[in-house]
Amino acid sequence: MSSRAHRVSLGDSWSQRVHPDIESERRRQAFDVERLTNLLDRGARNTTLRREVESLFRSDPAFSLVNTYFMTQKEHFQAAAQKRFLLHKMAQRLNWPEDGLEIDYARRALSGDIILGVHTVATKAIISLGSEEQIAKWVPLCKTYQIIATYAQTEMGHGSYLQGLETEATYDAATQEFVIHSPTITATKWWPGDLGCLATHAIVMAQLICSGAKRGMHAFVVPIRSPQDHTPLPGITAGDIGPRMGLENADNGFLQLDHVRVPRENMLSRFAQVLPDGTYIRCGTAQSNYLPMVVTRVDILTSVVLPSLQKACVIATRYSVIRRQGRLRPSDPEAKILDYQTQQQKLLFPLAMSYAFHFQAVSLLEFFQHAYNAVQSNDTSLLPELHVLTTGSKAMMTDFCAYGVELCRRACGGHGYSKLSGLPSLATQVVASCTYEGENTVLYLQVARFLMKNYQQIWETEGAHSQRSLPQSVQYFTMVHHDKCPAQNASDFLLPEIYTTAWAHTAARLVEDSARHLQVLTQSGADQQDAWNQTSVSLVQAAKAHCYYVTVKSFQDAVKKLDSEPAIQLVLKRLCDLFALHGILADSGIFLYDGFLSGPQVDMVRTAYLDLLSLIRLLG
Amino acid sequence: MNPDLRRERAAATFNPELITHLLDGSPEKTRRRREIENKILSDPDFQHENHNFLTRSERYEAAIKKSAVMVKKMREFGIADPDEIMWFKRLLLGNFVEPVGLNYSMFIPTLLNQGTTAQQEKWLHPSTGLQIIGTYAQTEMGHGTHLRGLETTATYDPKTQEFIINSPTVTSIKWWPGGLGKTSNHAIVLAQLITQGKCYGLHAFIVPIREIGTHKPLPGITVGDIGPKFGYEEMDNGYLKMDNYRIPRENMLMKYAQVKPDGTYVKPVSNKLTYGTMVFVRSFLVGAAAQSLSKACTIAIRYSAVRHQSEIKPGEPEPQVDFQTQQYKLFPILATAYAFQFVGSYMKDTYHRINESIGQGDLSELPELHALTAGLKAFTTWTANAGIEECRLACGGHGYSHCSGIPNIYVTFTPACTFEGENTVMMLQTARFLMKVYDQVQSGKLVHGLVSYLNDLPSQRIQPQQVAVWPTVVDINNPDSLTEIYKLRAARLIDIAAKSLQGEMSHRKSKEVAWNLTSVGLVRATDAHCHYVVVKLFADKLLKIQDKTIQAVLRNLFLLYSLYGISQKAGDFLQGNIMTGSQITQVNQRVLELLAVIRPNAVALVDAFDYKDITLGSVLGRYDGNVYENLFEWAKKSPLNKTEVHESYHKYLKPLQSKL
Repeated sequence: MSSRAHRVSLGDSWSQRVHPDIESERRRQAFDVERLTNLLDRGARNTTLRREVESLFRSDPAFSLVNTYFMTQKEHFQAAAQKRFLLHKMAQRLNWPEDGLEIDYARRALSGDIILGVHTVATKAIISLGSEEQIAKWVPLCKTYQIIATYAQTEMGHGSYLQGLETEATYDAATQEFVIHSPTITATKWWPGDLGCLATHAIVMAQLICSGAKRGMHAFVVPIRSPQDHTPLPGITAGDIGPRMGLENADNGFLQLDHVRVPRENMLSRFAQVLPDGTYIRCGTAQSNYLPMVVTRVDILTSVVLPSLQKACVIATRYSVIRRQGRLRPSDPEAKILDYQTQQQKLLFPLAMSYAFHFQAVSLLEFFQHAYNAVQSNDTSLLPELHVLTTGSKAMMTDFCAYGVELCRRACGGHGYSKLSGLPSLATQVVASCTYEGENTVLYLQVARFLMKNYQQIWETEGAHSQRSLPQSVQYFTMVHHDKCPAQNASDFLLPEIYTTAWAHTAARLVEDSARHLQVLTQSGADQQDAWNQTSVSLVQAAKAHCYYVTVKSFQDAVKKLDSEPAIQLVLKRLCDLFALHGILADSGIFLYDGFLSGPQVDMVRTAYLDLLSLIRLLG
Repeated sequence: MNPDLRRERAAATFNPELITHLLDGSPEKTRRRREIENKILSDPDFQHENHNFLTRSERYEAAIKKSAVMVKKMREFGIADPDEIMWFKRLLLGNFVEPVGLNYSMFIPTLLNQGTTAQQEKWLHPSTGLQIIGTYAQTEMGHGTHLRGLETTATYDPKTQEFIINSPTVTSIKWWPGGLGKTSNHAIVLAQLITQGKCYGLHAFIVPIREIGTHKPLPGITVGDIGPKFGYEEMDNGYLKMDNYRIPRENMLMKYAQVKPDGTYVKPVSNKLTYGTMVFVRSFLVGAAAQSLSKACTIAIRYSAVRHQSEIKPGEPEPQVDFQTQQYKLFPILATAYAFQFVGSYMKDTYHRINESIGQGDLSELPELHALTAGLKAFTTWTANAGIEECRLACGGHGYSHCSGIPNIYVTFTPACTFEGENTVMMLQTARFLMKVYDQVQSGKLVHGLVSYLNDLPSQRIQPQQVAVWPTVVDINNPDSLTEIYKLRAARLIDIAAKSLQGEMSHRKSKEVAWNLTSVGLVRATDAHCHYVVVKLFADKLLKIQDKTIQAVLRNLFLLYSLYGISQKAGDFLQGNIMTGSQITQVNQRVLELLAVIRPNAVALVDAFDYKDITLGSVLGRYDGNVYENLFEWAKKSPLNKTEVHESYHKYLKPLQSKL
């Protein structure tokens, strides 16, 4: 290739085809890309189906995303509304099953650029929290869009801390109605999607008060806009909350309820009921009403957060092989920026991350399905672990994906700042997830609470049976291992046992330190809450290390199962190695601190890591 | 005022006014700044439209209108001093940018720096008054920080005594310059100079692009807006394609290099001088990093003092700022904002000092200044970028809304990581300088300035295996001791990077390949050097503060900045045997203690930055703390709320429902 090959003149014939720099990359792949795609799609048949669905959109100008970036917020919103309308007609015409893969693939193809995302969340909330009669009544209306529902939980003054929500639902036995009310300005529901202009009904989370007692958060179906002309119903004030960083189509809104009355039947009552006389009956655990949150979190991770990172990696990596800057040798043509070590360092970690989280999401989905089915048949024993697994995954994946997308954006230099790169929109979409559906620090602390509880259990029940009673994700607490890492040279750090053990050891050590710290504070007279607050920085650190360990472990387990695909197994193993080692180097202090790794061993990790960068670069 | 904020302010142990004086430079400067700000606030000609509710085209128009009023008012108020202009604009622009900004920040300075007296006489006056609106066109679609790769050519034609400016390829189209798309009528274009058949590298040319009077693009010029971006919505970043476009010979800026009428090229005396503008802009960006970070943490800390979330103890809803995790997010950023404020003013002073020496023909300090600004620009903009985002996240969900102001601060600031030199490239430039200094030291030469600590390298002091004696002398409450250990860390990482560079070179021969294979380590070493410089400059600043109360308050911020840095990079300090595990435990513990010590002064420390609400552009960061009422008022102004039922209901929802 001549040194001028990358210079593009208007009318160059090959500028109609694939860029030669990309083509040359594709020619040297060390594995079968199609088979890896099949693996990610979880089966070749899914890949075929996905491509069929995608081709429907590619050829249809009504679904074009070409001009999206030039639209005003209003135009963007209208276009998204139109796409939802057309998509619905298409699904009917082609007889797509309601919860089938086709719809998921369609959403993926449209990059989520359609309205009524939360309508689906609210429908699922009715399914998980409603009685059989309620499901029969409301769900068909939702599915045929006779009603548009939003899920209204967050308030202006209250977010992740659910007990702090102020909206009240007071039962009036005389009329057999609930009076739903926002007592203060901070109680205004704020942020729910599809609420600003669209929703006709809201699933309102409110403090139930019946027979004079507060009963905690429950869900109520509240009609908010007229079925005739869509104007707000009496007692309702609703609207748009104003412009945001992104999420132009989300229709985030506010909702004030002024003594709005709904019939007794509108309280979703799978797990708790109020009888006509005001008697309160609970049939599930207190946590059961939070089930929709778990469903939503899993959904967001697989349909928004992870795809954003994957797309960012695709964009940044492709751009880095056609962008040439500077020279690696004076006599060479300008070099592809992906051949710079610093660029590899920036981009290959997000790439490793996107595979790590893919496999973590797959195992989370499996566990979720298992636990969800159990809950639906009223067995809630797996709920705490399901809750903590989704909580930890949500915090870790959104944190890292947001970081990764932003890294990719900045790695594209100035052009990464242009919306036409696609990266700013991906960034604003994914960063929103760090605070919605549970603020990440709050979530890490929930994980920490689970870790502390289980850690203390080991102490209390020390003995042969302790391991069996521990939930799977924390069984490593009792693992017997060395105080020092046995690695002798850099290549030892490419052994999964070595780095997985390093993560297990360090996560367990941080958990132990936090537990000790808590204990010391309580023994010196601090009360539980103060002690917790004064330990919270180290608790968050412990929870983060735990989550990192869980991700490394699930990635490693997934790689192990790929024996039938040695070429793919090798490339994924390298990414797994990179993911684990990157984390060690980023926070080497916690590994050096107690001498588990020595200084020379950290140097070995660094050597292994830098070698991996060029190895993965060569694999393409 | 919100009672929470009133309590916070009453509990502070110092008078924030005194710190404001310190940040401004003197009480007199604070007084003058406020005088200017109050003039603007009381002037009815400045109607402050809320950009958040406008479309891009409307925002552009509002920005142009604002610039026009600004120029008129500055004349009226007699504002000409650079600091005063900066205060004036800081208040009015808030978190946004102005399309004519490049005229003042790049076009005029370049003219002054590189134009002959005759050229300055011709163009300076009209461009100050905006008859000529200029921009600076360097970056091309296919080429950024690597300047030698630029493709635009300027070929001299002695017959007509003109330069023919040409964009030969798609990738050579000038891309990104601010104000280029719609606003400017002239551009300083950087192009490869070709005369008498030979290419002499990049030179600057004044190119008219739009006709005075009609503002239409001139024949041979294709110019326009490059489309929407992450932020900078009011800025018409543009493209410019020139088709064998002719300009007179006098339009080449010829203070240094010249082309004679017959086409003879005359070399500049020193090629270092053209760095001038770049060094100026980069050192200015360090100050900008401090400003943006200060604004973001003002918003986040005030909001955390009025936001009550969960309860630490049942029944006692504490403000967010009482949570250790929240303090751990925000207070290190606050300390960093102060550190960067001091580094920013140091950079400004140093630039002016060195510029004076340059005026007297002394170029000796230029290489270090050039290297220092590159690295510090990268170090501070990266840190500030992450810090602003952390502040936004610390505001929870509301941080994502434009009502918080932080999304605008972020998207306006983040290009600083890539423009004026992409940060990784900047770090590597400083690394190159550090490696040169390292070689000098190794060959027995004594070096000066902020790198003088490398003089100790050849002696045994910093040899990793010999430093077992060091940990005992570390006093984690002593600024000198902390500066010393940052110095040791930097020296060690520079030493390691230099040795691995030598190692690669002995294996692979080519210098460039070795450099590439060491670059991750080189960036890491430069990062440590810059971190040391910031710690050192902050420590130096402490010594100069007279008032004991203020010194004590800032000393705590210094300790937090340095100790938090150690705790984050504990691996480097442990691995180099600079500190022991138990010292790291002490550091971690001390960081938590400092959070509690700083806690009562947190609001006063952000008040001291003295940002007017209009500059913050934030409902969450309001001085009076009345967040929630105003949040609701703000949302009501959203264009989507203009009608009770949105038109898309009739267009799409209704048919969707009735079809079934």
